Amino acid sequence: MKKIAIIDYGFGNIKSVLNALHYLNVQAFVINNCTSEILNFDGLILPGVGAFKPAIDFLHDQGFDKAILDYVNCGKMLYGICLGFQLLFDISYENGKHQGLGLIHGEVRQFIQKDNFLKVPHMGWNNISIINQNLYTRSMFNNILNEESFYFVHSYYAVPYNVSQVSSVCTFGIQFCSSISYKNIWGSQFHPEKSGEKGLQILRNFIDEVNINK
Amino acid sequence: MLGFRVIPCLDITNGRVVKGTNFIELKDAGNPIEIAQYYSKCGADEIVFLDITATFEERNTTISLINMTSEKVFIPLTVGGGVKTIMDIRNILNAGADKVSINSAAVYSPNIISKASNMFGKQCIVVAIDAKNIGKNKWNVFTHGGRVNTGIDAISWAKQVTELGAGEILLTSMDKDGTKCGYDVDLIKIISNSISIPVIASGGAGKLEHFLSAYNAGASAILIASLFHYKELTIKQVKAYLKCNNIPVRL
Repeated sequence: MKKIAIIDYGFGNIKSVLNALHYLNVQAFVINNCTSEILNFDGLILPGVGAFKPAIDFLHDQGFDKAILDYVNCGKMLYGICLGFQLLFDISYENGKHQGLGLIHGEVRQFIQKDNFLKVPHMGWNNISIINQNLYTRSMFNNILNEESFYFVHSYYAVPYNVSQVSSVCTFGIQFCSSISYKNIWGSQFHPEKSGEKGLQILRNFIDEVNINK
Repeated sequence: MLGFRVIPCLDITNGRVVKGTNFIELKDAGNPIEIAQYYSKCGADEIVFLDITATFEERNTTISLINMTSEKVFIPLTVGGGVKTIMDIRNILNAGADKVSINSAAVYSPNIISKASNMFGKQCIVVAIDAKNIGKNKWNVFTHGGRVNTGIDAISWAKQVTELGAGEILLTSMDKDGTKCGYDVDLIKIISNSISIPVIASGGAGKLEHFLSAYNAGASAILIASLFHYKELTIKQVKAYLKCNNIPVRL
């Protein structure tokens, strides 16, 4: 049976992702150091808790950044959720300027609050528009209707430079990238583990990809 | 568009829902996990557990309840009631809750908000404000279920908790709570206009039109307890009504 690892940055709740994977009858494990060889896993999830800098510092300190790169180069499936999604990019401007994993070219910016009308964090259910009907997008959104709603909670958003890697967009004051799927790298700003049945379906799709992967 | 959230609230004591409902779909009307699953299936956008117990033992029961609920319910879960320390917050989050609601403890030691916000992220820190009208456009913050007047102005308190790092405010009108005669629209409007974070409106809802007024006053979400509890309204009815009135909701 295929195994999925969830990286624990050492703070916040990663139990939700683990619970969702267990609910879907997957062998899922939480790892917090590189001694658990991530190449032994078939799927890898970067969950979405905490702030950018402590998370990327943790990945550096533990040698996860290089390990993740090797893992991805092997063609294995990676899914970054919320902060985990933002970590995939080159640079984030959350509390300063920080280097990310650079797996997806682009940067992470803050929502600009013009008045108290736009309440930040962007918190709650918002509908997404699926774009780029390519193979990667279709596998991510298999059995998901267009304009379906997912649960978001974030104050920063990612801007991928290569639009062809974007698989969905969402609107909150501005239009932003709500997910990417490019080859074996998936990322979503929304939380599939908190988005009810539709979110579980995306995780099922990820598990399917993990299972058909070599 | 970002949906206006409909959030059912369950009062919990000793691991059971207070005044268990009798939804025909449920085997056990007092089982919070079953009810949470049921509400989730009916389209609830989030679930709130309000722990109204006092003893330490019962509090541990609530923690194991959160553990079990998070294994079966895949929408956001907020837990509040009697949260006093950073350790309480950590225990609740580690058990699988997504947000923690802090009330009295925030008033008596406001630095718990900034501490918790820095430690766990502002998105999981909800500050509950119980406000009572004391004059024209003036509300005070009350604690201990509305019994203690802190003398603190609700508007400046809302601004302060926002500064301290709250991610959301759960705003309850003590005057309207339980009356079913509608929200304190002025209160919602004035607080919502004063701060940049979402406001969850609570207290006073009795019929569908009231939800429209809460939305128009600037609320991002509504918290509903007894109306759902006693089946006076269903989540579907509320959402269908809001949708009919061009308010974005997740159906």
